[in-house]
Amino acid sequence: MLGTGILKGLAETARNFFGSFVYKERLTTVQYPEQRLPRMESSRNFPFLIFDGEDWQKGLRCVSCFICEKECPPKCIHITKSTEKKPDATGKLQFYPEAFDIDVSVCMSCQICVEVCPFDAIKMDNNFELAVHDRFGELVLKRDQLAKSNEYFNSIHPIEAEEVDTRLAAERAAAKAKADAAAAAAAAKAAAAPAATPAPTAEGGGA
Amino acid sequence: MTPVQIADQIFVLIDHWLIDQCPTIFQPIVAAILPVVVILGLFPALFAFTTVLERKGLGRIQNRMGPNRTGPLGLLQPVADGIKSLTKEDTVPRAADKIVNFLAPVVLVIIVFLTFAVVPVGRNMVLANLDSGVLYFFAVGAATELAVFMAGWSSRNKYALLGAMRAVAQMISYEVPLLLSATCAVMIAGALSTTTIVEQQARYTGIWPHWYVFTPWGFGAFILFMIAALAESNRSPFDLPEGESEIIAGYLIEYSGFKFALFFLGEYLGMFAISGMGITLFLGGWSAPFSFLTWIPSYLWFFAKLFAIIAVFIWIRGTLPRLRTDQLMNFAWKFMLPMSLIVLVDTGLWRWLTPGAARWTITSLVVIIPYIVLGRAAGSGKIEKRSYRYAT
Amino acid sequence: MTFALPAIFAILTLAGAVAALVLRNLVHCALSLVFAFAGLGGVYISLGAQFAGLAQVLVYAGGVAILIVFAVLLVRERDEKQDHTTIRWGNLLSGIAVSTLVFIALARCILSSTGLHNAAPTAPVAEIREIGTMMMSVDILPLEIIGVLLTASMLGAVIIALKEARR
Repeated sequence: MLGTGILKGLAETARNFFGSFVYKERLTTVQYPEQRLPRMESSRNFPFLIFDGEDWQKGLRCVSCFICEKECPPKCIHITKSTEKKPDATGKLQFYPEAFDIDVSVCMSCQICVEVCPFDAIKMDNNFELAVHDRFGELVLKRDQLAKSNEYFNSIHPIEAEEVDTRLAAERAAAKAKADAAAAAAAAKAAAAPAATPAPTAEGGGA
Repeated sequence: MTPVQIADQIFVLIDHWLIDQCPTIFQPIVAAILPVVVILGLFPALFAFTTVLERKGLGRIQNRMGPNRTGPLGLLQPVADGIKSLTKEDTVPRAADKIVNFLAPVVLVIIVFLTFAVVPVGRNMVLANLDSGVLYFFAVGAATELAVFMAGWSSRNKYALLGAMRAVAQMISYEVPLLLSATCAVMIAGALSTTTIVEQQARYTGIWPHWYVFTPWGFGAFILFMIAALAESNRSPFDLPEGESEIIAGYLIEYSGFKFALFFLGEYLGMFAISGMGITLFLGGWSAPFSFLTWIPSYLWFFAKLFAIIAVFIWIRGTLPRLRTDQLMNFAWKFMLPMSLIVLVDTGLWRWLTPGAARWTITSLVVIIPYIVLGRAAGSGKIEKRSYRYAT
Repeated sequence: MTFALPAIFAILTLAGAVAALVLRNLVHCALSLVFAFAGLGGVYISLGAQFAGLAQVLVYAGGVAILIVFAVLLVRERDEKQDHTTIRWGNLLSGIAVSTLVFIALARCILSSTGLHNAAPTAPVAEIREIGTMMMSVDILPLEIIGVLLTASMLGAVIIALKEARR
């Protein structure tokens, strides 16, 4: 008969209407900003710099190699290299960026800087609540705003962070093993050398 | 007067008291203007409330909340909307016809307010007790199509004009079932005056009211009237002319700010007016549904019925998809017009037969059988392959 | 005093009609014609013929006006050229002369007729019930002819629409 489809549709919407008062899970509205939806692993917005440890200046992984600045398509990264070196997380002396500016009004979130960084120093953040009042001054993020800890990186991208951490740990372990082997070889050589020429090396060792 | 009567006539008493306070020279003018001011204040307030109700109702139907930030439960949303529409820039296209562009929303709102004059809101509470109230209502209401056309044409925009043409065609097509189904109630009541029609329906046999909707012909006429009312006020599912996603507000496309708000106001007030007329003709106006409930004031019953009809309109809007123009027109001319003619004949049968069970069965059959037959005929056509004519 | 209200409506009607003649834009003319129709309805109502006035507004301002407007829109030329007709004084003077002569002739005839001095006949009862009763009893033939005319027009519209669809 004509109209039964309409009546069925009306019954369905009536069920929706009254059900939304009785069953709270029918309402899928998330009351932003009091509630937020959890973000996915692959969500990304703008880059940030990673530091290991507690002090961001000491543990910053970036060695200002300028690769990300050269590869960035809209040229939104501006780095100033430091003049002296400081020790990084593994103890090796490296340059560090004195100034690292990313203009987030220009950045297009293409992730190329992340892909090319050989030191896993720059990764993608997923924070989008970056509204500021001054478009030109405050939308250029400086080094202190960009530096975030490795724990933060683990919290926002757990799978990627786990992969980076295991790789870096493996590299450092391999480097350490190599250094230990080299040191052992050098020590073995040094132990063998004094046996051949004791007098001059003893003086040389003393000086 | 008993307390029940005082509560029922409280606004009439206040009105008379206020008129008596004025000096004698001003009394006719005040007597004429005071109810008008009340209408001008009451129905736009109802409109504001309805916009929130609609948005929250539609939201709940669609499994989401409506606006809930402005004020508690979002009830101050119309204030925010009003401020927005007042402070928006009023853009008029350079090629537009300025006078007609300005006049279109004004004419629409004026005409819609004029139609409120004959709707009896309560016992003794009608603005103008015209002898031909129903005719006045439809005569003035027919001029809303003109305002729609003026809006669409004055924008000098071919999409606006297309929307206006479609709107006018739709409104004209649905005028005929509207008028024919209204005529059924007029036939039985024996008068064109709205107060007489309501008083005829305010009687009771036992506890059952004499509302026309409870008769077979009245039920059919009521359904037809309500569908035609939805189409007349360009409301979903007949809102293709102002389809928000189709031709982006159709004839309203060049209007912004306060003029758009006036169109919105005009559309909703038109909805209230036609619902009010439907309540008057079929649902017994201000009378109570059962004889033991007559102690509740009459205006409360009227607004309760108006609220129920608005809720049903919102419900229908949230349920049905929009009809295409040709589907609209087919529905009007091939289904509603024959049905309204049959209901008219049925009304005559009701009047002619002697009261009793036979009358009920015969009139019910006369309505139901053609409904089924027409429904089958309207829905059974196979969707034939469309043939396109290309420009030569 | 009782003549003031019909007079006001009559002046509004005349203004609308004159505007319909004078305005350049065709749709403006159509809209001022609608205003004239409504004014005429006002004249009827203020003279006490409620039904006639409301039927006038319903049929003319609600139906015929839409028809006129549709016709104007569909038959408009592309790039509506405003025809700036210059006033030709010879034509204007001869028109004024002829209309004055006709007016004088008509006025003399009317003023010198005998019917002008009879008492005004009592106005017939124009209530809707009376109109309805008369239409169904005394004037049944015009009613039936109108019904046939409406049916014919509806059938004609259906046939025209059908022929286009069949093509």
